Amino acid sequence: MKDMEKDCLDQSRAPIYEALEKFRDMRVVPFDVPGHKHGKGNPELTAFLGEKCVTIDVNSMKPLDNLCHPVSVIREAELLAADAFGAEHAFLMVGGTTSSVQSMVLSCCKRGDKIIMPRNVHRSVINALVLCGAIPVYVNPDVDVRLGISLGMSRDQVKKAIQANPDAVAVFVNNPTYYGICSDIRAIVKMAHEAGMLCLADEAHGTHFYFGENMPLSAMAAGADMAAVSMHKSGGSLTQSSLLLIGKNVNAGHVRQIINLTQTTSGSYLLMSSLDISRRNLATRGKSIFRKVVEMAEYAREEINAIGGYYAYGKELNNGDSIFDFDPTKLSIHTRDIGLAGIEVYDILRDEYDIQIEFGDIGNILAYISIGDRMQEVERLVSALAEIRRRHMKDSKGLLSQEYIDPEVVFSPQKAFYADKKSIPLAESAGYVCSEFVMCYPPGIPILAPGERITKEILDYIAYAKAKGCSMTGPEDPKIENINILAEGEVV
Amino acid sequence: MDLWFSECHTPDVKHSLRVTRHLYSCRSEYQQIDIFETPEFGRVLALDGNVMLTERDEFIYDEMITHIPMSVHKNVQDVLVIGAGDGGVVKELTRYDSVKRIDLVEMDDQVIEVCRTYLPENACRLDDSRVHIYFDNALRFIRRCKDEYDLIIVDSNDPFGPSEGYFTREFYGICYNALHEDGIMVNQQGSPFYKHDADAMQRSHKRIVNTFPISRVYQAHIPTYAAGYWLFGFASKKYHPIYDFDEAWWRSLHLSTKYYTTKLHVGSFYLPAYLERMLEEVEN
Repeated sequence: MKDMEKDCLDQSRAPIYEALEKFRDMRVVPFDVPGHKHGKGNPELTAFLGEKCVTIDVNSMKPLDNLCHPVSVIREAELLAADAFGAEHAFLMVGGTTSSVQSMVLSCCKRGDKIIMPRNVHRSVINALVLCGAIPVYVNPDVDVRLGISLGMSRDQVKKAIQANPDAVAVFVNNPTYYGICSDIRAIVKMAHEAGMLCLADEAHGTHFYFGENMPLSAMAAGADMAAVSMHKSGGSLTQSSLLLIGKNVNAGHVRQIINLTQTTSGSYLLMSSLDISRRNLATRGKSIFRKVVEMAEYAREEINAIGGYYAYGKELNNGDSIFDFDPTKLSIHTRDIGLAGIEVYDILRDEYDIQIEFGDIGNILAYISIGDRMQEVERLVSALAEIRRRHMKDSKGLLSQEYIDPEVVFSPQKAFYADKKSIPLAESAGYVCSEFVMCYPPGIPILAPGERITKEILDYIAYAKAKGCSMTGPEDPKIENINILAEGEVV
Repeated sequence: MDLWFSECHTPDVKHSLRVTRHLYSCRSEYQQIDIFETPEFGRVLALDGNVMLTERDEFIYDEMITHIPMSVHKNVQDVLVIGAGDGGVVKELTRYDSVKRIDLVEMDDQVIEVCRTYLPENACRLDDSRVHIYFDNALRFIRRCKDEYDLIIVDSNDPFGPSEGYFTREFYGICYNALHEDGIMVNQQGSPFYKHDADAMQRSHKRIVNTFPISRVYQAHIPTYAAGYWLFGFASKKYHPIYDFDEAWWRSLHLSTKYYTTKLHVGSFYLPAYLERMLEEVEN
């Protein structure tokens, strides 16, 4: 960006929000879309969402700029966001962090390009490979056997992958994983750059790394080239709003073109103003906000560990490599030692205690602590966990540990997704190559991705997860009893 | 001067008291605390704009939440009181010689300070040597207790503010765990009349029924609360509030009361038909 523009950045400003306030005061008569015309055409919706909200649900226009080609207030908001996150440029995104991740991958991969990534990526990454035809090179993540979770990528594994695939175009990093675990992103960026590759980071769970104190290193600070940041998670903006950050090695104009391939031309001002206001809030008050969040999470960890049986883990897991750092705001809790699968605790909390947590998997739960929490709710969560232990604790024999299953990639996700396929019963599919995703949602990390060989081990795992009550998604068959396989894929 | 304090009992119903002086107003860490002087009800304590007590009708609430369980369990020694920073419940409890320890857990120390200053009649027994005051979140405090108390009295605000946590399954569960095997928990259960209150009452009754083997509801007439009609929950591990009630024993204690009588004790558990139906709906 031009130095002159940089000089006049004032983080207490929120240009989109200010323009919308001004627009509201002008009482402009709308003969444009949306047809609800400031809510008057849809009184029920207006009553439900509130007049204040629907009057700013407007279309792009000169005073409000245009998301596809920002030149005024949206551009200013993007410059402010870039400055706040220490990025070369920032793009406001309205299709969720899924759209940020996909634009990131599509910006640097073409058909047949290789991209190095851990297997525990979000489905949106592999979806992007279906779209562009790039080929994943999976780095086996380390696994913590006790907790049954995939960790970060070790430096050595990344190095090996880079050496074995010198033609790869990028290395993809989760910063952090859903559970709060960070790889050594600075070292990975360095290795990638030395090999002439870009480094892309999924920071769906890392917005606060840019603003809190003593946080794991953010992707931009580590020198990464692109990062997808879910402002709507720890940043406090509205669901579906997100940011795509880029560093100096990436051409902003090209990225804008890529974004415009799939992003709406009617960007929502509710979402954009929420990004603008949240960025201002984080830039001006982020330190104190996340200090409080960390305090609450640390307190909850101590109290939950004092109950006995549960293990709420934190920075003590750090091993300098595949757990290079741990996000202190994450409240991840291992539940297997009280004899319950994480998903069972998740269901009991909702059904019996009216407490909704982020997710439960085979051995863990994750309670999301954020900007909007108060101590009294933390006390409820801790007490409910104490009660669940008192009422439901049983022998943990027979509980499966979640193991990392090394995938066999037979075809690229794109080839598998578009190939001729047929549907067969899931139980009889071992040995075939699948053409669709199977995953628990959340966290949305694929158990099977298009182009991977189905094994008995994987089928056992799916059956167990279903039996414990995980909600499964991905396949065409909503009951997940049948699965699409490649017609040409032969049995091992 | 025509100064009125109004509390909305529903968005469409207001209850107003004429105020002669606004004695105190402050926002504590948790809530807005106000004390008014009124001609009809004397001094009034309001938290977040909800009347907690008035000098004129506090005796009804304090007597009914205390004497009902105290007359059923004949040997209450250890009592835990949640909320109740105004001291009214403690005042009634200290009249029993059997009581050896009263732990009072109030999250907001400012409520206690304000009541000591402006409602000395209520707060007068907070300095009794048996009373131990803890400024803490009650969930946090009780979670650490097991088999400790004969009686727990939950004297909380409405379930729509900072006290929401005291109407939850986890709260009733940890209370159960903190009680002796013959322990009793009594709580203020809100009003069944307006829909919003009735829904909350049903929800919390359901949670108590799921936690305690015996769970009954009783009523009192309290003019300054919503609809002037208030409920209490009697939850117990062993004693039934009527079958195990020894009228003669309580009368032998010679405690004089203004609202509670042994006849009323039994009568307060006889509920109107619409309320019985509401309770049955969530009991099955």
